[in-house]
Amino acid sequence: MRLKEIIRLLDAVVITNSRDSEAEIEWACATDLMSDVLYYSRGNSVLITGLAKQQAIRTSDIADIKVVVFTRGKEPDTQTIELSRKKKITLLITPYSMFTACGKLYEKGLRCCPE
Amino acid sequence: MKIDKTYEGSFHIVGGDFSHAGEASTELKTILLSAGVEDEFVRRVAIATFEAEMNIMIYATAGILRYTISPEEIRIIAEDMGPGIENIELAMQEGYSTAPDWVREMGWGAGMGLPNMKKNADTFRIDSVVGEGTKVEMIIRR
Repeated sequence: MRLKEIIRLLDAVVITNSRDSEAEIEWACATDLMSDVLYYSRGNSVLITGLAKQQAIRTSDIADIKVVVFTRGKEPDTQTIELSRKKKITLLITPYSMFTACGKLYEKGLRCCPE
Repeated sequence: MKIDKTYEGSFHIVGGDFSHAGEASTELKTILLSAGVEDEFVRRVAIATFEAEMNIMIYATAGILRYTISPEEIRIIAEDMGPGIENIELAMQEGYSTAPDWVREMGWGAGMGLPNMKKNADTFRIDSVVGEGTKVEMIIRR
């Protein structure tokens, strides 16, 4: 799914973005557990999480995740924003809950990282 | 940098210092990427190292993470001065964790760290002495 499609479907606010909105994102991973991200995710994925903290960005950087979405309109602090800019991770905020955000993306064909 | 010989290095990790969480593994990742090694290999190394780094940060007073990069593989040794692990077999089970609540609130302590190191490494060894510390040795081949 294209990044611009993810932004549109989630009515997301773009906080940081250094990639082309036409970029193709292959998989999705939704969790608040960072170890689950490291265990189950694939590279070139979007992470949907309620953990609007630096840890989500650091973990995503390690796991090659390109796009991070914070759910329920949670606003990150400036260090988190700065880190995502530095790590060239696209950071989005969606007003939707994790369940609804996942549903919207799933409905349009985005799938969970294969285990 | 091309990997045509053996490179060694180390990182010192201070327990509880979450503001620097992931810096050692990020630096190692950068070194490997600049050497032009395959993305999937780098990802496995970064994840395994990050888990080791986080474990030291969460449980230990301090630790050291040493690496040796050769053309064929990377060897990572994470050694800490921590409480040690009473039952390694139990600690290796997915979902088993002794992490306190404040660690869980940060998104960690789900009991996936050690299993994930084992998953990403080709060779995984763990030794631990209660009251002294834990040593994890991993070899990841290209």
